Amino acid sequence: MFAESSLNVRNKRIQNLFRILFLIMTILLIIPVVAILATLIAKGGSIISIDFLFTHPTNGMTAGGIFPALLGTVWIVAVALLASVPLGVAAAIYLNEYAGDNWFTRIIQLAIINLAGVPSIVHALFGVGAFVIFFGFGTSILAAGLTLAIMTLPVVIVSTRESLRAVPQAFREACWNMGATRWQTIRRVVLPNAVSGILTGVILEVSRTAGETAPIMFTGAVFFLPFLPQGVFDQTMALSLHLFVIATQVPGVPENLPFGVALVLIAMVLLMNSISIAFRMYLRGKKKW
Amino acid sequence: MKIATTDTMNDTAPKYAIRTSRLNLWYGAFQALFDVDLNIDNGRITSLIGPSGCGKSTFLRSVNRINERLDYVRIEGAIDVMDKNIYDPDVELMQVRKQVGMVFQRPNPLPISIRDNILFGHSLHNKGKNASRADREEIVESSLKQVLLWDKIKDRLNQKGTELSLEEQQKLCIARLLPVKPSVLLMDEPCSALDPKGTAAVEELIWELRGEYTILIVTHNMAQARRASEACIFMLMGKVVEHQATEDLFVTPEEKETADYIEGRYG
Repeated sequence: MFAESSLNVRNKRIQNLFRILFLIMTILLIIPVVAILATLIAKGGSIISIDFLFTHPTNGMTAGGIFPALLGTVWIVAVALLASVPLGVAAAIYLNEYAGDNWFTRIIQLAIINLAGVPSIVHALFGVGAFVIFFGFGTSILAAGLTLAIMTLPVVIVSTRESLRAVPQAFREACWNMGATRWQTIRRVVLPNAVSGILTGVILEVSRTAGETAPIMFTGAVFFLPFLPQGVFDQTMALSLHLFVIATQVPGVPENLPFGVALVLIAMVLLMNSISIAFRMYLRGKKKW
Repeated sequence: MKIATTDTMNDTAPKYAIRTSRLNLWYGAFQALFDVDLNIDNGRITSLIGPSGCGKSTFLRSVNRINERLDYVRIEGAIDVMDKNIYDPDVELMQVRKQVGMVFQRPNPLPISIRDNILFGHSLHNKGKNASRADREEIVESSLKQVLLWDKIKDRLNQKGTELSLEEQQKLCIARLLPVKPSVLLMDEPCSALDPKGTAAVEELIWELRGEYTILIVTHNMAQARRASEACIFMLMGKVVEHQATEDLFVTPEEKETADYIEGRYG
């Protein structure tokens, strides 16, 4: 009565086939990641040292370290964050907690989606027009950071909205029913429970911002500077552009140098991502509902 | 309609905690309440029964004005709470919510400590008047004692409210309404997420609160209405059919629809 029929055998074989197929696809997916990391470590690992990170390039950028580029990337990312996080989080709170579903919010949604779809080179040209020329910031850290901020704004808004949406509606209702205003509800219940998701989004934004090249090469990042930036109105070197330059524009660069720069860049991004994941796991462990 | 009078209330308190006159409510084009005229006794437990969609939850949600969050809801008529129409223009919504507490079908404690859950409403309505630590502990203790929870959880007040059992969560949700001294407690099927033991415990609690608060409780469970309420309202298709003392409504209903419903002929 419960013996295996030929149909069972066939179904099981098909089921196994698909399981293996999907497993292979998943493995294929991680091959590029592993390959990139392995290549970078094999070819560029030999150059990495404390000196490499903290000294200036020498001999026409064919030797020495990458400190100005590393520092420049930190500057640009910091400016981008300072501009995009308050703006993006505030907009997301408005859209999720205050705004009703009407034509106005739908237009804003559409604008955000479109902003996310704009190619980075277009953002670069917009940055030149708006920040470098119109606002008169010149090619500077400020202009580059603001350009990146605009580019990553949709990411901040969307990830913040997702985190806000993940806070159960029952918590808001509980507050409103005790006579809390919307703001009291947001400040005391919604934000504390959404903060892990918001921060995760912000850290992911950092990792994305750090690697962008096109939007900064016209707005604030330069090939080479013999000095470090002193403020946001200075130009700066940046890791991503530096990599592009020494890989394609400068003759006589030893092979391990560009790979080393790429390794530093990717390590920075992976570090940020790991922090974000660890942080999220830590905070998620603390909440229970 | 005959309504038994309560002799426990003092002279200054209004006889009726909630009075509605010609209350009509629409969700968009759909009319959910038709000319609801109710006088709900102060200090008693009144249950609202009726088949699904009869408007009992809608009515409940009008009494603390939570319905109006949906912008397609339109309301006509008046709801007086303690002799003041809460839909008058000079009425502050936050004060309504303070006077009229609500307990939901699914317990919804906030994901903060038990202590902070109790103090949440209190802190919302007492800004500037910083209660001392001793006062706050006193509020927590008396609220939890009123809901018969103090002995069970007094040693773990820092635990999150969301980690309690469902029964305890629901009691906590009732307890956190008490520090702001509401006059009316609305309960929307407060036991439907609980097991029979939890239901019995929460019913016992509701019965304990009788006299101190006016309690309006929506229930699907006729046995519960019979056990845990003093007056009972039967609604059908958005209209009030009958409003009686509970024992009278269940033993000698005046209307045929009521008799049909409580005998299980529909609903």
